[in-house]
Amino acid sequence: MKYLEAIGKYFIMIWEVFKKPTKWRIMKTLILKEVDELVFGAMGIIIFISFFIGGVVTIQTALNLTNPLLPKSLIGFAARQSVILEFAPTFTSIIMAGKVGSYITSSIGTMRVTEQIDALEVMGINSLNYLVFPKIVAIMLYPFAVAISMFVGILGGWVAAVFGGFAPSGDFIQGLQMDFNSYHVTYALIKSVVFAFVIATVPSFHGFYMTGGALEVGKASTTSFVWTSVVIIIVNYILTQLLLG
Amino acid sequence: MIEVDNIHKSFGENHVLKGISTIFEKGKTNLVIGQSGSGKTVFLKCLLGLFEPDEGNICYNGQIYSELSTKQKRNLRQEMGMVFQGSALFDSMTVEGNVMFPLDMFTKQSQSEKQDRVDFVLKRVNLVDAHKQFPAEISGGMQKRVAIARAIVMNPKYLFCDEPNSGLDPKTAILIDNLIHEITQEYDITTIINTHDMNSVMEIGEKIIFLKNGLKEWEGTNKEIFKTDNQAVTDFVYSSELFKKVRQMYIEERN
Repeated sequence: MKYLEAIGKYFIMIWEVFKKPTKWRIMKTLILKEVDELVFGAMGIIIFISFFIGGVVTIQTALNLTNPLLPKSLIGFAARQSVILEFAPTFTSIIMAGKVGSYITSSIGTMRVTEQIDALEVMGINSLNYLVFPKIVAIMLYPFAVAISMFVGILGGWVAAVFGGFAPSGDFIQGLQMDFNSYHVTYALIKSVVFAFVIATVPSFHGFYMTGGALEVGKASTTSFVWTSVVIIIVNYILTQLLLG
Repeated sequence: MIEVDNIHKSFGENHVLKGISTIFEKGKTNLVIGQSGSGKTVFLKCLLGLFEPDEGNICYNGQIYSELSTKQKRNLRQEMGMVFQGSALFDSMTVEGNVMFPLDMFTKQSQSEKQDRVDFVLKRVNLVDAHKQFPAEISGGMQKRVAIARAIVMNPKYLFCDEPNSGLDPKTAILIDNLIHEITQEYDITTIINTHDMNSVMEIGEKIIFLKNGLKEWEGTNKEIFKTDNQAVTDFVYSSELFKKVRQMYIEERN
């Protein structure tokens, strides 16, 4: 019952976010600030993780392809499929739920605790629109980050394969091009748009409706990370069934 | 002027406000006092429109709040200024940004007009060198003054303060009290202050209402509070030895 109530409250929050918009002049500045903090600020960790994940996937695939009859190009093929279909969109989103999600919950939660949200409400400002809407818009750039993550992940795979001595560069690249289906990239980008929405709204929900003090802000950040990850995993399953099933 | 007519407010089983009626006059500093849990904050939030009373009406210069349209309520909110207990300044903005915020949101003034207004109100609250500092870089007393500047920048008709002296040393507390009192008279606004601070009660309480268990137990001025025989009020106001002695001296002097 408690969960149902929270789900209902979440959807009411989403509705409120789009009501009574803040002046465009102000909103534009807020969106640019959020793009900087939520997307550009996360690029470093995304690139770092993607590069090494691509490398690890490649090494593990290579180590498991022990049959000499299997062509080395399969290493590139497996790395490409793993990175594009799952690692770039889903794994990166879980990382983002930790980095960006906790930031969103703690920043909005701190505003709640220090009565800054009440101050906005007293002035007659739709605080949900003012605080959450720019985050939703800014994080819609997240698919670009996922596209970069795909590229860097595959690059990491190539580096691991070639410099680790698991496959020659030519074989790896041939594997990357083998049976390429561009719809898989579309599928990954569609997923990342939905995940981006989840990453912006679920942590905002936990921050906005939290009660208590500084300790509760910390607890809300942890809870928000858990729930954002759970929602991403469930949505991932549903979208995969709908788009690829 | 704000007229409060028999307002009730409950949260589930908890009946917090049990029928409060009073009038807060224009150009006066009105104080709401009472023990923690007496309903002061809920009362103030009802006056601010953050909580809707379950019963009763609140009238702002003749306009009944519950009968206003959403747009009228929004316009009325812009006539209100609020000083929060913890100042509630926006951490990410400078002092200047905080004070300019309502002007950015609700006016079409040019940048220079807004800047002039911000400079004027910051000067009015005696803050001249803190424009570019962030709230975390200034003292509690300065933060309160910025909060007052932000509250008055739109020329409000109503000013609400929730324990404006909490966490301040006695000297700064008196400065803040006097500032609020001066601003109230200067701009002829209706000011309502929630407080525990007995110095404020004695210094600026032109009208005081005492709440107990969600009911108005007593109402009067700072002069009348010395003479009252209401046991609940005297127990609350003269709970400290210092105030007991002050009252004793006052009574002896009068006799």
